[in-house]
Amino acid sequence: MSNVPDNFRYRESHEWIDPQTGAVGISDHAQHELTDVVFVELPKVGMHVVTGQQVAVVESVKAASDIYAPVSGEIVAINETLTDNPALLNTDPHVAGWIFKLKMTEPEELEALMDAVAYRAHIA
Amino acid sequence: MVPFAGWEMPVQYKGIVDEHKAVRGSVGVFDISHMGQFLLEGRGAEAFLNRALTNNVSKLASGQGQYSLLLNANGGVIDDLIVYRLSEREFFLVVNASKIDEDRAQLESLGFGEDVQFADISAQMGGIAVQGPKSREVFAAVFGYEASFPEHNTIFVSVTNSGVLYLCGTGYTGEEGFEFFAPASGIRDWFAKLNSAAHDQGGMPCALGARDTLRLEMGYPLNGNDLAPDKTPLQAGLGFFVDFEKGDFVGREALLAQKAAGLPTKLTGFHMTSQSPPPRAHYAVWYEGAQVAEVCSGGMSPTLSQGIGMAYLPLAASKLGTAIEIEIRGKRYAAETVKKPFYHKQPVTP
Repeated sequence: MSNVPDNFRYRESHEWIDPQTGAVGISDHAQHELTDVVFVELPKVGMHVVTGQQVAVVESVKAASDIYAPVSGEIVAINETLTDNPALLNTDPHVAGWIFKLKMTEPEELEALMDAVAYRAHIA
Repeated sequence: MVPFAGWEMPVQYKGIVDEHKAVRGSVGVFDISHMGQFLLEGRGAEAFLNRALTNNVSKLASGQGQYSLLLNANGGVIDDLIVYRLSEREFFLVVNASKIDEDRAQLESLGFGEDVQFADISAQMGGIAVQGPKSREVFAAVFGYEASFPEHNTIFVSVTNSGVLYLCGTGYTGEEGFEFFAPASGIRDWFAKLNSAAHDQGGMPCALGARDTLRLEMGYPLNGNDLAPDKTPLQAGLGFFVDFEKGDFVGREALLAQKAAGLPTKLTGFHMTSQSPPPRAHYAVWYEGAQVAEVCSGGMSPTLSQGIGMAYLPLAASKLGTAIEIEIRGKRYAAETVKKPFYHKQPVTP
Protein backbone atom coordinates (compact mmCIF):
# COMPACT_ATOMS: atom_id res chain seq x y z
CA MET A 1 0.00 0.00 0.00
CA SER A 2 1.18 3.46 -0.82
CA ASN A 3 2.16 5.81 1.93
CA VAL A 4 0.07 9.03 1.82
CA PRO A 5 1.13 11.59 4.47
CA ASP A 6 -1.87 13.35 6.05
CA ASN A 7 -0.33 16.82 6.11
CA PHE A 8 0.31 17.10 2.35
CA ARG A 9 -1.89 18.22 -0.54
CA TYR A 10 -1.91 16.31 -3.83
CA ARG A 11 -2.32 17.02 -7.50
CA GLU A 12 -4.11 14.55 -9.79
CA SER A 13 -0.83 14.02 -11.65
CA HIS A 14 0.68 12.70 -8.37
CA GLU A 15 2.76 15.64 -7.16
CA TRP A 16 2.57 16.43 -3.45
CA ILE A 17 3.12 19.78 -1.78
CA ASP A 18 3.81 20.39 1.87
CA PRO A 19 1.71 23.49 2.71
CA GLN A 20 4.04 24.32 5.62
CA THR A 21 7.32 24.44 3.68
CA GLY A 22 6.21 24.69 0.04
CA ALA A 23 8.26 21.57 -0.78
CA VAL A 24 7.06 19.62 -3.82
CA GLY A 25 7.75 16.04 -4.82
CA ILE A 26 6.12 12.98 -6.31
CA SER A 27 3.94 10.62 -4.32
CA ASP A 28 4.90 7.19 -3.12
CA HIS A 29 2.27 5.84 -5.52
CA ALA A 30 3.92 7.68 -8.44
CA GLN A 31 7.43 6.45 -7.63
CA HIS A 32 6.09 2.95 -7.35
CA GLU A 33 4.50 3.18 -10.80
CA LEU A 34 7.59 4.75 -12.37
CA THR A 35 10.12 2.51 -10.61
CA ASP A 36 13.85 3.09 -10.84
CA VAL A 37 14.20 6.84 -11.24
CA VAL A 38 17.49 7.48 -13.05
CA PHE A 39 17.49 11.22 -13.70
CA VAL A 40 15.80 14.35 -12.40
CA GLU A 41 15.84 17.56 -14.41
CA LEU A 42 15.53 20.37 -11.88
CA PRO A 43 14.09 23.84 -12.49
CA LYS A 44 16.08 27.03 -11.94
CA VAL A 45 15.84 28.87 -8.64
CA GLY A 46 14.04 32.20 -9.09
CA MET A 47 11.69 30.91 -11.76
CA HIS A 48 8.08 32.07 -11.42
CA VAL A 49 5.57 29.35 -12.17
CA VAL A 50 1.81 29.08 -12.37
CA THR A 51 -0.43 26.22 -11.40
CA GLY A 52 -0.10 23.34 -13.81
CA GLN A 53 3.07 24.60 -15.44
CA GLN A 54 5.63 21.94 -16.30
CA VAL A 55 8.53 22.55 -13.96
CA ALA A 56 10.74 19.46 -13.77
CA VAL A 57 11.21 16.09 -15.45
CA VAL A 58 11.59 12.76 -13.72
CA GLU A 59 13.09 10.03 -15.87
CA SER A 60 12.80 6.39 -14.97
CA VAL A 61 14.13 3.49 -17.01
CA LYS A 62 10.60 3.22 -18.32
CA ALA A 63 9.73 6.76 -19.36
CA ALA A 64 10.16 10.50 -18.94
CA SER A 65 7.45 12.12 -16.80
CA ASP A 66 6.74 15.84 -16.54
CA ILE A 67 6.33 17.31 -13.08
CA TYR A 68 3.84 20.16 -12.76
CA ALA A 69 3.59 23.01 -10.29
CA PRO A 70 0.73 22.19 -7.90
CA VAL A 71 0.25 25.89 -7.11
CA SER A 72 1.64 29.20 -8.36
CA GLY A 73 4.77 30.69 -6.88
CA GLU A 74 8.48 31.26 -7.12
CA ILE A 75 11.00 28.43 -7.06
CA VAL A 76 13.14 29.26 -4.03
CA ALA A 77 15.12 26.04 -3.67
CA ILE A 78 15.93 22.89 -5.61
CA ASN A 79 17.12 19.57 -4.25
CA GLU A 80 20.53 19.23 -5.86
CA THR A 81 21.26 15.94 -4.12
CA LEU A 82 18.90 14.39 -6.67
CA THR A 83 21.43 15.06 -9.42
CA ASP A 84 23.77 12.46 -7.99
CA ASN A 85 21.14 10.36 -6.26
CA PRO A 86 17.90 10.37 -8.27
CA ALA A 87 16.93 7.09 -6.59
CA LEU A 88 15.98 9.16 -3.49
CA LEU A 89 12.65 9.61 -5.27
CA ASN A 90 12.13 5.88 -4.92
CA THR A 91 13.56 5.34 -1.47
CA ASP A 92 12.23 8.44 0.32
CA PRO A 93 9.74 10.26 -1.92
CA HIS A 94 8.16 12.39 0.84
CA VAL A 95 11.21 13.61 2.73
CA ALA A 96 14.70 13.36 1.18
CA GLY A 97 13.17 13.09 -2.30
CA TRP A 98 11.64 16.58 -2.43
CA ILE A 99 12.31 18.16 -5.83
CA PHE A 100 11.83 21.92 -5.39
CA LYS A 101 10.40 24.44 -2.94
CA LEU A 102 7.80 27.03 -3.87
CA LYS A 103 7.17 30.37 -2.23
CA MET A 104 3.44 30.40 -2.87
CA THR A 105 1.95 33.52 -4.39
CA GLU A 106 -1.63 32.23 -4.33
CA PRO A 107 -1.84 30.03 -1.22
CA GLU A 108 -5.62 29.74 -1.65
CA GLU A 109 -4.88 27.50 -4.65
CA LEU A 110 -4.04 24.78 -2.10
CA GLU A 111 -7.78 24.41 -1.55
CA ALA A 112 -8.20 23.11 -5.10
CA LEU A 113 -5.76 20.25 -4.43
CA MET A 114 -6.72 16.91 -2.93
CA ASP A 115 -6.20 16.20 0.72
CA ALA A 116 -4.81 12.83 1.84
CA VAL A 117 -8.25 11.22 2.06
CA ALA A 118 -9.21 12.29 -1.45
CA TYR A 119 -5.81 11.28 -2.85
CA ARG A 120 -6.04 7.82 -1.26
CA ALA A 121 -9.37 7.41 -3.06
CA HIS A 122 -7.82 8.78 -6.28
CA ILE A 123 -5.13 6.09 -6.38
CA ALA A 124 -7.25 3.25 -5.00
CA MET B 1 -0.53 -2.39 -19.91
CA VAL B 2 0.36 -0.89 -23.27
CA PRO B 3 -0.89 -1.66 -26.77
CA PHE B 4 1.82 -3.56 -28.65
CA ALA B 5 1.29 -4.95 -32.16
CA GLY B 6 -2.40 -5.44 -31.48
CA TRP B 7 -1.81 -6.99 -28.04
CA GLU B 8 -2.25 -5.54 -24.60
CA MET B 9 1.04 -6.22 -22.88
CA PRO B 10 2.60 -5.25 -19.57
CA VAL B 11 5.69 -3.03 -19.60
CA GLN B 12 6.73 -4.34 -16.23
CA TYR B 13 5.69 -6.67 -13.44
CA LYS B 14 7.94 -5.95 -10.47
CA GLY B 15 9.97 -3.25 -12.19
CA ILE B 16 12.21 -3.06 -15.23
CA VAL B 17 15.51 -2.96 -13.34
CA ASP B 18 14.62 -5.84 -11.01
CA GLU B 19 13.45 -7.93 -13.94
CA HIS B 20 16.51 -7.03 -16.00
CA LYS B 21 18.85 -8.01 -13.16
CA ALA B 22 16.98 -11.27 -12.63
CA VAL B 23 17.72 -12.26 -16.24
CA ARG B 24 21.40 -11.28 -15.96
CA GLY B 25 21.80 -12.94 -12.57
CA SER B 26 19.39 -15.87 -12.43
CA VAL B 27 16.41 -16.27 -14.74
CA GLY B 28 13.40 -14.44 -16.17
CA VAL B 29 10.24 -15.71 -17.85
CA PHE B 30 8.67 -13.69 -20.68
CA ASP B 31 5.29 -14.11 -22.33
CA ILE B 32 6.07 -13.91 -26.05
CA SER B 33 2.71 -15.12 -27.30
CA HIS B 34 2.47 -12.06 -29.53
CA MET B 35 5.24 -13.37 -31.81
CA GLY B 36 4.30 -14.96 -35.14
CA GLN B 37 5.01 -18.45 -36.45
CA PHE B 38 4.90 -19.74 -40.01
CA LEU B 39 5.29 -23.29 -41.27
CA LEU B 40 6.59 -23.96 -44.77
CA GLU B 41 6.87 -27.40 -46.20
CA GLY B 42 7.25 -29.18 -49.45
CA ARG B 43 9.75 -30.05 -52.11
CA GLY B 44 10.25 -26.40 -52.98
CA ALA B 45 10.42 -24.97 -49.45
CA GLU B 46 14.21 -24.77 -49.25
CA ALA B 47 14.59 -23.03 -52.60
CA PHE B 48 11.67 -20.71 -51.80
CA LEU B 49 13.19 -19.59 -48.51
CA ASN B 50 16.57 -19.06 -50.11
CA ARG B 51 14.88 -16.77 -52.60
CA ALA B 52 12.84 -14.92 -49.98
CA LEU B 53 15.44 -14.54 -47.18
CA THR B 54 19.02 -13.28 -46.97
CA ASN B 55 20.62 -16.17 -45.10
CA ASN B 56 21.24 -19.60 -46.62
CA VAL B 57 18.81 -22.22 -45.28
CA SER B 58 20.72 -24.94 -47.17
CA LYS B 59 23.37 -24.64 -44.46
CA LEU B 60 20.87 -25.85 -41.86
CA ALA B 61 20.74 -29.49 -40.85
CA SER B 62 17.44 -30.74 -39.43
CA GLY B 63 16.97 -29.28 -35.98
CA GLN B 64 19.10 -26.20 -36.63
CA GLY B 65 18.06 -22.57 -36.90
CA GLN B 66 19.53 -19.28 -38.13
CA TYR B 67 18.83 -15.59 -37.95
CA SER B 68 17.71 -14.17 -41.29
CA LEU B 69 16.12 -11.16 -42.93
CA LEU B 70 13.16 -10.64 -45.20
CA LEU B 71 13.90 -7.74 -47.56
CA ASN B 72 11.99 -5.68 -50.06
CA ALA B 73 13.31 -5.27 -53.61
CA ASN B 74 15.28 -2.19 -52.54
CA GLY B 75 17.19 -4.21 -49.99
CA GLY B 76 15.31 -2.61 -47.08
CA VAL B 77 14.29 -4.68 -44.10
CA ILE B 78 10.70 -5.88 -43.85
CA ASP B 79 11.44 -8.15 -40.91
CA ASP B 80 14.13 -10.02 -39.06
CA LEU B 81 13.31 -13.56 -38.06
CA ILE B 82 14.58 -16.98 -37.08
CA VAL B 83 14.18 -19.86 -39.49
CA TYR B 84 14.49 -23.46 -38.27
CA ARG B 85 14.77 -26.56 -40.36
CA LEU B 86 12.52 -29.23 -38.84
CA SER B 87 13.27 -31.84 -41.51
CA GLU B 88 14.50 -31.89 -45.07
CA ARG B 89 11.31 -30.30 -46.39
CA GLU B 90 9.87 -28.58 -43.31
CA PHE B 91 10.71 -25.14 -41.96
CA PHE B 92 9.47 -23.19 -38.94
CA LEU B 93 9.76 -19.39 -38.91
CA VAL B 94 9.45 -17.12 -35.91
CA VAL B 95 8.65 -13.53 -36.90
CA ASN B 96 7.87 -10.23 -35.20
CA ALA B 97 4.31 -9.69 -33.99
CA SER B 98 3.96 -6.31 -35.66
CA LYS B 99 5.06 -7.72 -39.03
CA ILE B 100 3.06 -10.95 -39.34
CA ASP B 101 0.70 -9.58 -42.00
CA GLU B 102 3.43 -7.80 -43.96
CA ASP B 103 5.67 -10.86 -43.86
CA ARG B 104 2.90 -13.12 -45.05
CA ALA B 105 1.99 -10.71 -47.85
CA GLN B 106 5.61 -10.50 -48.97
CA LEU B 107 6.01 -14.30 -49.01
CA GLU B 108 2.70 -14.72 -50.85
CA SER B 109 3.74 -12.14 -53.42
CA LEU B 110 6.74 -14.30 -54.30
CA GLY B 111 4.39 -17.16 -55.20
CA PHE B 112 4.55 -20.40 -53.22
CA GLY B 113 3.70 -22.53 -56.22
CA GLU B 114 2.66 -26.15 -56.01
CA ASP B 115 5.76 -27.30 -54.20
CA VAL B 116 5.43 -25.12 -51.10
CA GLN B 117 2.67 -25.36 -48.51
CA PHE B 118 2.48 -22.32 -46.27
CA ALA B 119 0.63 -21.97 -42.97
CA ASP B 120 0.46 -18.98 -40.65
CA ILE B 121 -0.09 -20.55 -37.20
CA SER B 122 0.51 -17.33 -35.25
CA ALA B 123 -3.03 -17.07 -33.94
CA GLN B 124 -3.12 -20.61 -32.56
CA MET B 125 0.28 -20.48 -30.88
CA GLY B 126 1.42 -18.92 -27.64
CA GLY B 127 5.02 -18.58 -26.60
CA ILE B 128 7.27 -18.19 -23.59
CA ALA B 129 10.93 -17.22 -23.35
CA VAL B 130 13.04 -18.37 -20.41
CA GLN B 131 16.30 -16.44 -20.24
CA GLY B 132 19.19 -16.31 -17.82
CA PRO B 133 22.00 -18.39 -16.37
CA LYS B 134 19.48 -20.56 -14.49
CA SER B 135 17.49 -21.44 -17.62
CA ARG B 136 18.72 -25.02 -17.64
CA GLU B 137 17.51 -25.58 -14.11
CA VAL B 138 14.09 -24.21 -15.00
CA PHE B 139 13.97 -26.35 -18.11
CA ALA B 140 14.82 -29.50 -16.17
CA ALA B 141 12.31 -28.74 -13.42
CA VAL B 142 9.46 -28.33 -15.91
CA PHE B 143 10.33 -30.74 -18.73
CA GLY B 144 12.16 -33.39 -16.70
CA TYR B 145 15.84 -34.04 -16.19
CA GLU B 146 15.95 -36.52 -19.07
CA ALA B 147 14.62 -33.96 -21.60
CA SER B 148 17.37 -32.41 -23.69
CA PHE B 149 17.85 -28.69 -23.39
CA PRO B 150 17.78 -27.01 -26.81
CA GLU B 151 21.32 -25.78 -27.43
CA HIS B 152 21.92 -22.43 -29.09
CA ASN B 153 20.16 -22.10 -32.47
CA THR B 154 18.61 -25.56 -32.37
CA ILE B 155 15.00 -26.65 -32.23
CA PHE B 156 13.37 -29.65 -30.70
CA VAL B 157 9.80 -30.54 -31.59
CA SER B 158 7.76 -32.54 -29.12
CA VAL B 159 4.33 -33.95 -29.86
CA THR B 160 2.30 -34.11 -26.66
CA ASN B 161 -1.32 -34.69 -25.68
CA SER B 162 -1.85 -30.94 -25.63
CA GLY B 163 -0.39 -30.38 -29.11
CA VAL B 164 2.97 -29.72 -30.72
CA LEU B 165 5.65 -27.96 -28.67
CA TYR B 166 8.48 -26.17 -30.43
CA LEU B 167 11.48 -25.82 -28.09
CA CYS B 168 14.06 -23.39 -29.44
CA GLY B 169 17.52 -22.52 -28.21
CA THR B 170 17.17 -18.82 -28.87
CA GLY B 171 16.55 -15.58 -27.07
CA TYR B 172 16.79 -11.83 -27.20
CA THR B 173 18.74 -11.06 -24.05
CA GLY B 174 22.30 -12.27 -24.57
CA GLU B 175 21.84 -14.88 -21.85
CA GLU B 176 21.55 -18.60 -22.18
CA GLY B 177 17.96 -19.68 -22.49
CA PHE B 178 15.19 -21.08 -24.60
CA GLU B 179 11.98 -19.97 -26.21
CA PHE B 180 9.12 -22.29 -26.66
CA PHE B 181 5.91 -22.16 -28.61
CA ALA B 182 2.84 -24.21 -27.82
CA PRO B 183 -0.90 -24.11 -28.52
CA ALA B 184 -2.29 -20.90 -27.03
CA SER B 185 -4.90 -22.80 -25.01
CA GLY B 186 -2.21 -24.23 -22.75
CA ILE B 187 0.13 -21.26 -22.51
CA ARG B 188 -1.26 -19.88 -19.25
CA ASP B 189 -0.48 -23.17 -17.50
CA TRP B 190 3.00 -23.28 -18.97
CA PHE B 191 3.61 -19.70 -17.86
CA ALA B 192 2.59 -20.59 -14.30
CA LYS B 193 4.76 -23.75 -14.25
CA LEU B 194 7.82 -22.03 -15.67
CA ASN B 195 7.42 -19.08 -13.32
CA SER B 196 7.15 -21.35 -10.33
CA ALA B 197 10.35 -23.13 -11.41
CA ALA B 198 12.01 -19.75 -12.07
CA HIS B 199 10.96 -18.50 -8.65
CA ASP B 200 12.76 -21.46 -7.07
CA GLN B 201 15.92 -20.26 -8.83
CA GLY B 202 15.54 -16.66 -7.67
CA GLY B 203 13.94 -15.58 -10.94
CA MET B 204 10.73 -13.75 -11.82
CA PRO B 205 8.30 -12.96 -14.63
CA CYS B 206 9.59 -10.24 -16.96
CA ALA B 207 7.78 -7.92 -19.35
CA LEU B 208 8.41 -5.77 -22.41
CA GLY B 209 10.40 -3.10 -20.59
CA ALA B 210 13.12 -5.51 -19.46
CA ARG B 211 13.05 -7.28 -22.81
CA ASP B 212 13.94 -3.94 -24.38
CA THR B 213 16.74 -2.98 -21.98
CA LEU B 214 18.25 -6.49 -22.18
CA ARG B 215 18.32 -6.60 -25.98
CA LEU B 216 19.59 -3.02 -26.16
CA GLU B 217 22.57 -3.84 -23.91
CA MET B 218 23.45 -6.55 -26.43
CA GLY B 219 23.02 -4.15 -29.36
CA TYR B 220 20.36 -6.42 -30.85
CA PRO B 221 18.17 -4.47 -33.28
CA LEU B 222 14.45 -4.11 -32.74
CA ASN B 223 12.47 -4.03 -35.95
CA GLY B 224 10.55 -0.77 -36.21
CA ASN B 225 13.22 1.06 -34.17
CA ASP B 226 16.54 -0.07 -35.58
CA LEU B 227 15.43 -1.86 -38.73
CA ALA B 228 13.30 -0.21 -41.37
CA PRO B 229 12.21 -0.62 -44.99
CA ASP B 230 14.59 2.17 -46.03
CA LYS B 231 17.63 0.69 -44.28
CA THR B 232 19.53 -2.36 -45.49
CA PRO B 233 20.99 -5.13 -43.34
CA LEU B 234 24.44 -3.94 -44.44
CA GLN B 235 23.75 -0.55 -42.84
CA ALA B 236 22.37 -2.32 -39.78
CA GLY B 237 25.61 -4.28 -39.39
CA LEU B 238 23.89 -7.57 -40.21
CA GLY B 239 25.98 -8.46 -43.27
CA PHE B 240 26.94 -11.71 -41.56
CA PHE B 241 23.37 -12.92 -42.12
CA VAL B 242 23.40 -12.15 -45.85
CA ASP B 243 24.73 -14.87 -48.16
CA PHE B 244 25.57 -13.40 -51.56
CA GLU B 245 26.98 -16.70 -52.77
CA LYS B 246 23.82 -18.78 -52.55
CA GLY B 247 22.16 -17.38 -55.66
CA ASP B 248 19.51 -14.76 -56.19
CA PHE B 249 17.29 -13.48 -53.38
CA VAL B 250 14.99 -10.52 -52.97
CA GLY B 251 17.07 -7.39 -52.44
CA ARG B 252 20.39 -8.93 -53.52
CA GLU B 253 20.97 -6.58 -56.43
CA ALA B 254 20.22 -3.52 -54.33
CA LEU B 255 22.60 -4.71 -51.62
CA LEU B 256 25.39 -5.33 -54.11
CA ALA B 257 24.85 -1.86 -55.55
CA GLN B 258 24.99 -0.34 -52.09
CA LYS B 259 28.12 -2.29 -51.30
CA ALA B 260 29.78 -0.99 -54.47
CA ALA B 261 28.69 2.60 -53.83
CA GLY B 262 29.56 2.54 -50.13
CA LEU B 263 27.19 2.66 -47.19
CA PRO B 264 25.56 6.06 -46.62
CA THR B 265 25.04 5.42 -42.90
CA LYS B 266 25.73 2.71 -40.39
CA LEU B 267 23.82 1.65 -37.27
CA THR B 268 26.24 2.70 -34.57
CA GLY B 269 26.25 2.26 -30.83
CA PHE B 270 26.93 5.17 -28.49
CA HIS B 271 27.02 5.85 -24.80
CA MET B 272 26.57 9.05 -22.88
CA THR B 273 29.82 10.45 -21.49
CA SER B 274 28.33 12.98 -19.12
CA GLN B 275 25.53 12.91 -16.60
CA SER B 276 22.37 13.11 -18.68
CA PRO B 277 18.82 11.96 -18.99
CA PRO B 278 18.56 8.58 -20.73
CA PRO B 279 18.75 8.91 -24.53
CA ARG B 280 15.48 7.78 -26.09
CA ALA B 281 14.18 7.00 -29.57
CA HIS B 282 13.82 9.99 -31.95
CA TYR B 283 16.12 12.33 -30.05
CA ALA B 284 18.34 14.28 -32.43
CA VAL B 285 21.98 13.25 -32.84
CA TRP B 286 24.54 15.99 -33.52
CA TYR B 287 28.00 15.63 -35.02
CA GLU B 288 30.39 18.49 -35.76
CA GLY B 289 27.71 21.10 -35.24
CA ALA B 290 25.05 19.55 -37.46
CA GLN B 291 22.12 17.30 -36.78
CA VAL B 292 22.98 14.05 -38.57
CA ALA B 293 20.51 11.46 -37.29
CA GLU B 294 17.87 10.43 -34.81
CA VAL B 295 18.31 7.92 -32.02
CA CYS B 296 16.72 4.61 -33.08
CA SER B 297 16.80 2.86 -29.73
CA GLY B 298 18.06 4.25 -26.49
CA GLY B 299 17.74 4.02 -22.76
CA MET B 300 19.43 3.66 -19.44
CA SER B 301 21.41 0.44 -19.25
CA PRO B 302 20.52 -1.16 -15.92
CA THR B 303 23.73 -3.22 -15.87
CA LEU B 304 26.09 -0.40 -16.86
CA SER B 305 24.09 2.42 -15.18
CA GLN B 306 24.74 4.51 -18.26
CA GLY B 307 22.70 5.89 -21.11
CA ILE B 308 23.20 3.84 -24.28
CA GLY B 309 21.68 3.88 -27.73
CA MET B 310 22.01 3.27 -31.45
CA ALA B 311 21.62 5.53 -34.47
CA TYR B 312 22.28 5.42 -38.21
CA LEU B 313 25.29 7.72 -38.42
CA PRO B 314 27.22 8.93 -41.46
CA LEU B 315 30.37 6.82 -41.83
CA ALA B 316 32.66 9.61 -40.60
CA ALA B 317 30.75 9.78 -37.33
CA SER B 318 30.36 6.04 -36.94
CA LYS B 319 34.06 5.48 -36.29
CA LEU B 320 34.56 4.18 -32.75
CA GLY B 321 35.35 6.85 -30.20
CA THR B 322 33.79 9.71 -32.18
CA ALA B 323 32.38 12.53 -30.06
CA ILE B 324 28.69 13.15 -30.80
CA GLU B 325 25.88 14.88 -28.93
CA ILE B 326 22.35 13.82 -28.14
CA GLU B 327 19.74 16.56 -27.92
CA ILE B 328 17.33 16.06 -25.04
CA ARG B 329 14.61 18.64 -24.48
CA GLY B 330 16.55 21.35 -26.27
CA LYS B 331 19.87 20.69 -24.57
CA ARG B 332 22.78 18.76 -26.06
CA TYR B 333 24.59 16.15 -23.98
CA ALA B 334 27.98 14.62 -24.79
CA ALA B 335 28.15 11.06 -26.06
CA GLU B 336 30.69 8.86 -27.80
CA THR B 337 30.36 6.07 -30.34
CA VAL B 338 31.25 2.64 -28.97
CA LYS B 339 31.43 -0.95 -30.07
CA LYS B 340 28.43 -3.21 -29.65
CA PRO B 341 27.48 -5.15 -27.63
CA PHE B 342 27.44 -2.59 -24.83
CA TYR B 343 27.38 -5.36 -22.27
CA HIS B 344 29.84 -8.23 -22.03
CA LYS B 345 29.03 -11.14 -19.83
CA GLN B 346 31.53 -11.44 -17.01
CA PRO B 347 33.34 -14.76 -17.01
CA VAL B 348 32.14 -16.88 -14.13
CA THR B 349 34.80 -17.01 -11.44
CA PRO B 350 34.81 -20.22 -9.45
